[in-house]
Amino acid sequence: MIDVAVIAFAQMPNVRAETVRNEVEMLMPVIADVRAKAGLTQADIGFTCSGSTDYLSGQAFSFVSTLDGVAPWPPIQESHVEMDGAWALYEAWVKLQLGDVETALVYCYSKSAPGPLHEVLSRQLDPYHVAPLWPDAISLAALQARMLVEAGKATEADFAEVASRSRRNALTNPNAQLAWDTAVADLLAEPCLVDPLRRSDCPPITDGACAVILASGDRARALRQRPAWIRGIDHRIEPMALGLRDLTVSHSTRTAAERAGVGNAPVDVAELHAPFAPQELILRESLGLADHANVNPSGGPLAANPVMVAGLTRIGEVAQRIMDGTATRGVAHATSGPCLQQNLVAVLEGED
Amino acid sequence: MAEIRLPAALEGKELVRSVRTPARMDFLYTAGEATTRFLTGISEGKILGERAPGGKVYVPSRGADPQLGVPTTEPVELPHVGTLVSFCVVNVAFYGQGMEIPYTSGLILLDGSDLPLMHLIQECPVEDVRIGMRVEAVWVEAHELAPNLESIRYFRPNGEPDVVVTQPGAGVTW
Repeated sequence: MIDVAVIAFAQMPNVRAETVRNEVEMLMPVIADVRAKAGLTQADIGFTCSGSTDYLSGQAFSFVSTLDGVAPWPPIQESHVEMDGAWALYEAWVKLQLGDVETALVYCYSKSAPGPLHEVLSRQLDPYHVAPLWPDAISLAALQARMLVEAGKATEADFAEVASRSRRNALTNPNAQLAWDTAVADLLAEPCLVDPLRRSDCPPITDGACAVILASGDRARALRQRPAWIRGIDHRIEPMALGLRDLTVSHSTRTAAERAGVGNAPVDVAELHAPFAPQELILRESLGLADHANVNPSGGPLAANPVMVAGLTRIGEVAQRIMDGTATRGVAHATSGPCLQQNLVAVLEGED
Repeated sequence: MAEIRLPAALEGKELVRSVRTPARMDFLYTAGEATTRFLTGISEGKILGERAPGGKVYVPSRGADPQLGVPTTEPVELPHVGTLVSFCVVNVAFYGQGMEIPYTSGLILLDGSDLPLMHLIQECPVEDVRIGMRVEAVWVEAHELAPNLESIRYFRPNGEPDVVVTQPGAGVTW
């Protein structure tokens, strides 16, 4: 295996709706920022990979016009995944394993706000039996939350603890969209939005973008004093039919975590892509981090949830802490699909 | 494959050959800063391109220069005259067409621009349309101007002699 590290991370401040700039205008400052942090120009980048979905922007091939923002002319080696940027990073990591290039730019962006997000997300469901019923994303998450409660694995107070802590952590994150300090008891006094979920258990709707630069081996050491080495990375998917899965556990996360080596050494920090508060409890259990003290110090997706971006942001947030020297070993997780259907786990480490 | 035995109630029924699951979602699209400048210009009867720091002029600009990956910020008012750099003759009827076939769709490189616009070519028989032909914009009436490309009805020959066309991108070196 070739050692690959995150050497730079940049993100735009997350907002409810970016109504002035189009996607490429929103993205360009992020690309410029991440290149400057890495000390590279596009000519120095061996491979470029992006994640986004045209379902959010409502325009076919919108990602192609966004590519103008990275300077693709003269032609570059480039790829795109219709997924969260975390999977674009995975593709770039595989590309770097081939050894013919030493650097990769990974970026992702989304405007979740232009369309009816919770209906747009229903378009990823089984097109014959489920999608025609238009189940919205909050209702699907509520089905999962209900099963957790009925199974005796969690209570509504546990959900509120996640919601309260995440938004309190977000107070120190300048890029967060939602940050406040409200006690669990006060959250529990709120009415349910889709029983048993309260509004505070749900993520905000967010427009955002982020970017990462990867480098391999000595190139990474030359460009960054303390690279965040990807020591393990794996992703797994579960069946499409919600009724086939036990929604109170995440087998795909557990398997990915084992393959990535999460349990091989202590973890300083974990950033988990749990858009809904109950999902953090499922992920903690599956990752072996049930009682871990430092989960989602950025506030996580409950503080800002740009769809297609929030997963790569988790990797970036962990990598940034390792590059800063405030953490030595961290776990980043990204999810895709309804009720944690597909999950990616990465273990990042600094070298002393 | 195992044989499937249908319940009596389903035996002899016609197969389901298709299902209809209509989907409609409305999006509020943000044109962006550069496209807003272009469309505002169109609604005032002007064609505004944007010059990138490298010197290229794009019309319409989406806001980014693909050679440098930086914003285009300097508006450049372009003449309503240009050269046809490519065209096709549409002979196929399709849903929502709104045009009598055959008609000509062309790429028009406005004088002073580095990116051709796509538009209709009219007032010229399709067999007479040719690359290098000089054309001019025909606008809707002033009171009909709106921030969309339908404010230009079409382009037509302006009578100037043909010019030699350099293919777009031919001057790019790397």
